[in-house]
Amino acid sequence: MTTFMAILVLGGIAALFGALLGFASVRFKVEGDPLAEQLDALLPQTQCGQCGYPGCKPYAEAVANGEAINKCAPGGEDTIKKIADLMGVEVQPLDGNHETDNSPKVAFIIEEDCIGCTKCIQACPVDAIIGTTKQMHTIIADECTGCDLCVAPCPVDCIEMIPVATTTQSWQWDLNSIPVVQID
Amino acid sequence: MDSVIERIQKGKFWQFHGGIHPPEQKFLTSTKPIASAQIPPQLIIPIRQHIGQAGDLIVNVGDKVLKGQILSNSDSPMSLPIHAPTSGTITAIKPMAIPHPSGLSETCLILTPDGEDIWQPRDICPDFQLLSKGQILEKIANAGIAGMGGAGFPTQVKVGTLAKIDYLIINAAECEPYITADDLLIQEHSPTVLDGIKILDHLLAPKHILIGIEDNKTKAIATLKKATADISHIEVCVIPTKYPSGGEKQLIKILTGQEVPSGVLPSSLGMVMQNIATCFAIADAVINDTPLIKRVVTVSGQALERPQNVWALIGTPVSYLTAQCGYTNSQDKHLIMGGPMMGFSLANDQIPVIKTTNCILAPSEIEIASPFSSTSSKEVECIRCGQCADVCPAQLLPQELQWSAKAKDQPQLEKLNLFDCIECGACAYVCPSQIPLVHYYRVAKAEIRQQKLLDIKAEKAKVRFEARKKRLEREKIARAEKHKKAAEARKARMNTGTPAAKSEKSAVAAALARVKAKKAQTVTSQSAAESVSTPVEQVEESKSQVANAIARAKAKKLAQNKQAQIAAMDTQQTNESPSTLTPSQAPPVNIDKKAKVAAAVAKAKAKAKAKTALAANASLGSTTKADNSLADTQDNELPEAVLVSEQAPPAQSVSKTDSSKPDRKAKITAAVAKAKAKKLAEKSQQAKKIATNESYSEQDNKPSTGAADKKARVAAAVAKAKAKKLAASANKSQPSE
Repeated sequence: MTTFMAILVLGGIAALFGALLGFASVRFKVEGDPLAEQLDALLPQTQCGQCGYPGCKPYAEAVANGEAINKCAPGGEDTIKKIADLMGVEVQPLDGNHETDNSPKVAFIIEEDCIGCTKCIQACPVDAIIGTTKQMHTIIADECTGCDLCVAPCPVDCIEMIPVATTTQSWQWDLNSIPVVQID
Repeated sequence: MDSVIERIQKGKFWQFHGGIHPPEQKFLTSTKPIASAQIPPQLIIPIRQHIGQAGDLIVNVGDKVLKGQILSNSDSPMSLPIHAPTSGTITAIKPMAIPHPSGLSETCLILTPDGEDIWQPRDICPDFQLLSKGQILEKIANAGIAGMGGAGFPTQVKVGTLAKIDYLIINAAECEPYITADDLLIQEHSPTVLDGIKILDHLLAPKHILIGIEDNKTKAIATLKKATADISHIEVCVIPTKYPSGGEKQLIKILTGQEVPSGVLPSSLGMVMQNIATCFAIADAVINDTPLIKRVVTVSGQALERPQNVWALIGTPVSYLTAQCGYTNSQDKHLIMGGPMMGFSLANDQIPVIKTTNCILAPSEIEIASPFSSTSSKEVECIRCGQCADVCPAQLLPQELQWSAKAKDQPQLEKLNLFDCIECGACAYVCPSQIPLVHYYRVAKAEIRQQKLLDIKAEKAKVRFEARKKRLEREKIARAEKHKKAAEARKARMNTGTPAAKSEKSAVAAALARVKAKKAQTVTSQSAAESVSTPVEQVEESKSQVANAIARAKAKKLAQNKQAQIAAMDTQQTNESPSTLTPSQAPPVNIDKKAKVAAAVAKAKAKAKAKTALAANASLGSTTKADNSLADTQDNELPEAVLVSEQAPPAQSVSKTDSSKPDRKAKITAAVAKAKAKKLAEKSQQAKKIATNESYSEQDNKPSTGAADKKARVAAAVAKAKAKKLAASANKSQPSE
């Protein structure tokens, strides 16, 4: 009788927790891949495609599935370090195929040269170019991510990438020019 | 609240955490009167001198301006106008180094004074009580007044608050060493300062006005007490000297005992704080209609012969002020803008005085070593003594912050409330390891701010990217929808039955058939069967023709195999008794036998010929000729011709797959020839059906099925008919033998 009761009680508890867990897994189901989301948040969102994926999110998903972490050129070393921290893997140097210059840039259309072909508009991943057929185009500098994708399609080479100037708003202290010594 | 006032009246105050007592050094300037403003040969006026955005310039190079004339428009509350400090000419508008730790350049106006100092017409208002609050606020905004204690927050935003104010706190603490500008201002201009306080009282209607002043300014305290004696709700609060009691949160804590939580404005706690110099500027602006074009600057330091407070026009280069005060050190210039604790070293002496500049320090090398000299930094490892945490007025953990700042651990820095650091420098002052802690914090703050900007930008880019993806998707669907609709509309139009619709329909059908035919052709040529190029008139039949062609090819193979066997058998028979073939034998059998033999021979010949034809890439012309000869004559070569005509086309198709245009013509001709041959075959088939009973029965014994069987039979029949003809001609020639 005791044995039977024990089985009954333990079985009951097991069933209860099973039901609880089952309910929780349905009720608190995590939509999407949280790792990919986290990785996506670390990427610079320039949507430049230099990693070989059509945007930052696809690359984040690929990294979550085992792709190399060192393909984001605009993010540079900082982003690689952050991804490595998140993924718990070794920091790798930036993939040699990519440009190492990741200083912020903004595209600029030399407007007198623009023929209004709309090719750059189709290339822009963030819709930061205004213009229409046979009308001059221009870049919304605030929205431009400096991804470089509009430069190649331009048939008259009227787009150039201009480095973003440092202002007092975006200025970062240079530890070399102020009296601070980095002690390790 | 009454308890607070009671406490203050008893001279009891609260204490903020930490704080230090650095050497005051105020004696250098505190006893000398404020020197009057002199007009430098050139004024450099940055268009942005406060926290917020720059206004839009409304003057051009070459414009003559009068003293007090507005130079830039402000359209938002956080942008302030600038004014001409004296009359003169705008000689340039260009980026110049501005008073910022970075030494970076921003747009500045260069004003060359004419020396006449002519005012623009002013609207003096002796009684501000007659003005509405809105009018006063407008006057303050138009005068371009920003907080003059150092932060440079637009004053009209601060005093325009709608919150209910309990305490208006006037900050006269001036806790930083060396600086005596506010002290002297109170001593010399207490009536104007008091007017400013009254204007603020009028605007904010606080319950109490507390003037916080450190006990080391005895003269100023006496002056203030005398001036405010008849106003009941103004308390002059003499607080103990301790750095940094002049900090906004620290002074609030000292006077009211309340702590302002992180990220909360004092106005939400019912408090507004204004600097004493700002009060003076407000009074000047509202009563005298004088915009903020000059301020008191303490020019101090042991490297100066005559350290003193001076009235300086906004835009006066630092070099002009130091020269006025007898700066002799021409080598190793070390100038600090702001006090020794919170100021920053200037990269050059052509940087102008702006609205927030309260002190120019020219220390001797012994006083404060230049950060630019190589021997200055003696930073060593942190020994974790914890003195920095003891003195921190914001109750932060400076050493923790330092480590996180060095490790660039931004989340941890934010967790440690880095942004509550007021950069007072107390921690760096007490650090026995001489770690310039505040510099590390400033670097870290700038990096975090930058990172936040980047994050915002990244988020925006992400949203835009997603939006674009959705838009492209939407457009794709819309396009597909449009095409579908258009197709349906076309169909509906075609089904209406009008002649136009019919013609359209047939055209479409023809086009479709053409496409099908083309496909079929490639299939056929690939399978190396008879290449049947379908004439355009026979499009409807094309499919069945292709099927026929395939069947024919199969049947032919079958027939060939059969006939090869038969031929082998027949040759034996012929070898045995070629001469026994006499007319005495039963005519049908005889004829049949003969025919069989003939057929076998013909077939063998044809095969050989076909092979050579294949090898030689038999030209179309010869094939057509062969066909013609088939149609015209009945000589020995007839079956061969038939067979050649049947076998040649594959060879042609093989040889012609690479040249397309002339090929097509040839194909059509071949097709015509084929059609003719077929017709002929059909005719002969009908004619020979009766005559070839035996061969039929023979054929029937062979296993064959369906259409392929029929075709095979037809082919066999054709061959047989031809053989019979041959046999007949042979019979004719035999008697003559």
